[in-house]
Amino acid sequence: MTNHWIDIRNSDCILIMGSNAAENHPISMKWVTKAMDKGATLINVDPRFTRTSSKADIYTALRSGTDIPFLGGMMNYILTNKKYHKEYAANYTNASFIVGSKFDFKDGLFSGFDPKKKKYDKSAWAFEKDANGVPKRDLTLKDPRCVFQLMKKHYSRYTPKTVSSITGTPEKDLKKVWETYAKTGAVDKTGTIMYAMGWTQHTVGVQNIRMMAMIQLMLGNMGRAGGGVNALRGESNVQGSTDHCLLFHILPGYMATPNTKLPKLANYLKRRAKSNDPLSANWWQYEPKYMVSFLKSMFGEAATVANDFGYDWMPKLDAGADYSWLTIFDEMYKGNLKGFFAWGQNPACSGANSNKTRKAMAKLDWMVNVNIFDNETASFWKGPGMNPDEIKTEVIFLPCATSVEKEGSITNSGRWSQWRYQGPKRLRGVKPDGEIMVELFEKIRELYKDGGTFPEPIQNMRWDFVKNGKFDAHAVAKLINGYFEKDATVKGKSFKKGTLVPSFAYLLTDGSTSSGNWLYCNSYTEKGNMAARRGKKDPTGMGLYPEWSWCWPVNRRIIYNRASVDLNGKPWSPDKNILEYKNGKWVGDVPDGGWPPMVNKEKTKRPFIMKPDGVASVFGPGRADGPFPEHYEPLECPVPKNLFSSQRMSPTAVVYGADTDAHATCDPRFPFVGTTYRVTEHWQTGILTRWQPWLLETQPQLFVEMSIELGKLRGINNGDMCKVSSARGEVEAVAIVTGRFKPFKVQGTTVHQIGLPWCFGWVHPEDGGDSANLLTPSTGDPNTRIPESKAFMVNVEKSGKRRA
Amino acid sequence: MAGKFFFIDTTRCTACRGCQIACKQYKKHSVSKTKQYGTYQNPIDLDANTFRLVRFSEHPSKVNSMVWYFFSEACRHCLKPGCQKKVEQIKKDAIIINDFGAVLYTDKMQGLEKSSKAIKQACPWSIPNWSKKEKQMVKCNMCYDRVEAGLLPACAKACPTGAINFGDEAEMKKLANECLAAAKKKFGGKGEILDSEDVRVLYLIIDEQAKYRPVA
Repeated sequence: MTNHWIDIRNSDCILIMGSNAAENHPISMKWVTKAMDKGATLINVDPRFTRTSSKADIYTALRSGTDIPFLGGMMNYILTNKKYHKEYAANYTNASFIVGSKFDFKDGLFSGFDPKKKKYDKSAWAFEKDANGVPKRDLTLKDPRCVFQLMKKHYSRYTPKTVSSITGTPEKDLKKVWETYAKTGAVDKTGTIMYAMGWTQHTVGVQNIRMMAMIQLMLGNMGRAGGGVNALRGESNVQGSTDHCLLFHILPGYMATPNTKLPKLANYLKRRAKSNDPLSANWWQYEPKYMVSFLKSMFGEAATVANDFGYDWMPKLDAGADYSWLTIFDEMYKGNLKGFFAWGQNPACSGANSNKTRKAMAKLDWMVNVNIFDNETASFWKGPGMNPDEIKTEVIFLPCATSVEKEGSITNSGRWSQWRYQGPKRLRGVKPDGEIMVELFEKIRELYKDGGTFPEPIQNMRWDFVKNGKFDAHAVAKLINGYFEKDATVKGKSFKKGTLVPSFAYLLTDGSTSSGNWLYCNSYTEKGNMAARRGKKDPTGMGLYPEWSWCWPVNRRIIYNRASVDLNGKPWSPDKNILEYKNGKWVGDVPDGGWPPMVNKEKTKRPFIMKPDGVASVFGPGRADGPFPEHYEPLECPVPKNLFSSQRMSPTAVVYGADTDAHATCDPRFPFVGTTYRVTEHWQTGILTRWQPWLLETQPQLFVEMSIELGKLRGINNGDMCKVSSARGEVEAVAIVTGRFKPFKVQGTTVHQIGLPWCFGWVHPEDGGDSANLLTPSTGDPNTRIPESKAFMVNVEKSGKRRA
Repeated sequence: MAGKFFFIDTTRCTACRGCQIACKQYKKHSVSKTKQYGTYQNPIDLDANTFRLVRFSEHPSKVNSMVWYFFSEACRHCLKPGCQKKVEQIKKDAIIINDFGAVLYTDKMQGLEKSSKAIKQACPWSIPNWSKKEKQMVKCNMCYDRVEAGLLPACAKACPTGAINFGDEAEMKKLANECLAAAKKKFGGKGEILDSEDVRVLYLIIDEQAKYRPVA
């Protein structure tokens, strides 16, 4: 989230699309309801009428996988009808930038496409620059080569008629949503988006979100109370784990993972181009401080100037290679992985194409599953279709403590790091994850005591945060914040060795400081554990609660907040004042950089400080699949043609080629669109909740929801047992035949859609059914490789079996 | 102690079922073996382990194509309970009304299995159920022990959206009237408080009652 949960209450218009907030983030509805009490409009767009829809002022449906046409049409409406916030768009975004002459777009392809590699040469999308190397701009937004005009041209194709024919949404509904949401382009109004996996899990997942971010920028909604782009995280600590490098391509604090093209620290630290624009904060110029401090947190005193602070000891990715989830399991399936830790996860049910995942695990020599209950991953070898005698994989199950049985921090969707104390004592025989990791590493280090292959990273690993052989959450949190490693003077202040660093502004490049994650530097200081704070003051009255827990970066509650004010530093919405420049200083939230407002041309910096040019990218040259979002059909879809171009599916999407990666488009065997989702009553794959009798009582068995019309077509009555199948697998599910799903009119034909939750698995309960991910394809977004589990093709038929 | 009331604003309910589960959790109830019956509502009705049940009812609608109504059902804690009147004929003082209005089934309710059907029928909403384990009729007791300790009933405590409210009579009636006015404004003049003169659980609905729950 660029904003935070409580801030939803400040919105004038809330769009819930690509998520089902009422069911999957129930508490969020507290804030949605508060906004509605003050007159906000709630819009919900979802293929299926959900518990969220039941509360919406405006609900309409779209076919899964067609969010870009829906939103591209909204962009067309906003630009054509001049609903945008012009001063904001011109000054705070790159709408005014002039795009170089190499850029073009024809028949679904941007310039620079290499059909053999299925990749773009992104240099074809570069901006035109002046003699100083600064991008040229036209603040009137009239130059035909400026981003604004190119964008207007691009989305002029997204007419209500064409959009409706693709999405299946009636034209009048499209217009109603577009008009209502576009009203937040008024200078003093804000609108917010609450999205989740309904947007990300597509071959165009990143571009779905970019499309909305662009709308938010054109309407002037970013950085403002009641605005922003807000990802509802599906796990309570998914934000924290991402901040601390859950993903392969980043180190803690979103620094790139070193790769083979960056063999030395100097290569790494110089890889970013610096903007020549004096109004750019050029934030990443400080990265060397963050990286060196990170290395000091990894290797402590062993990290010195002479050895590049241990940079050589960090693992390097093969440049250009992919190490994402889908690729890991593809390689595992091919027999290229020997061992696997499935730590706090259940890939046998959670990953797309679960049959492939389950078969892949049978190719391993060993697997360790750390979890609180038995699950389909730990027991995969005795699951459906498996012959235990033929499976060589040695499976080790380590029972661990639950999150409430240990102390530590959880970072929520709103970036608040909140300290939690141990509640109940844990059961005998289970250990917290931290203790398991400490024991594991100490055993490994013992094995490397007398050397081995490349022993340095192991031997030199900093280990002073382990107290008496035990994991200590406070010591780890302090190291994440960082210490002065020697006496130092920074910004006129002297610090003794061993002092906690007050904030990332005090980090140094010479090895005098450590910080496990620069974004969290300021979270645990000499003033104490900031995440444990429980102050209830709200000086702005806007629900920022700056003394409650701690928020990255440097306790800034709304990021890009200097975009919430005009060029003079006055709030665009006087009634939503989170920040204002008064008497020579900023009052309110922690400002995104302390520079004076834009009117002060000598001293100011533009508000989007993390972006190279200081402005937000409406035109985004960094993505794998193009600088503007464009509609492509999912890998599996019900139509032979993409109405916008001859590129049916994303030309850069990742498709895997194992025998289990079958897919089928416009195939009469799989005539219906399928999607997956969660239910309020179960958590993710259901490991935590299927064993909880009260919850299981409320949602005991896998179901498949379908329209009354589809029920008639297939002779399926409510409550019948059905077989749902795709090119990859099948599940048995109980039919819920409901008016909450409706057939779509797509390109003149009737398209049916069904949906089912992915919270069940064969281990428990016995009659609960199996994972809906047995149906989903392991194809991925070219930027993130998130699988396309939200839009695929299936068949549904009465199974003739009796309900268990 | 002043009389306590619930005010349940169905227009704010998202059917998260926090109330249903919180009730079971606080009372340490066991569960019934359920199946997927073609609806989210589960268990299918109130039972000996289920004192509060969120009912799910969907209907076609001109606005937004559908409505999906949710109704968190439990004992209404009547001012003049039908169940009490019925039981009085069989056994004196088996059902009492405490000082803040909670209708409570005492130990004297034990062993009335033969009358259980009649007691259930005496309730306009068929709320109480026979518990084999307790050997008596059971239902919501307003979490009277929590209320005496200054806490909210478990269901009201769990509700995230302000659908279930609990407090003193005057406060709840004021809130009910305010929410009714707001609902009427929002839903084109529709809206009513159910049985407001007879019960301590005030429901705000915006459509016919039969569209929320089975009505005899």
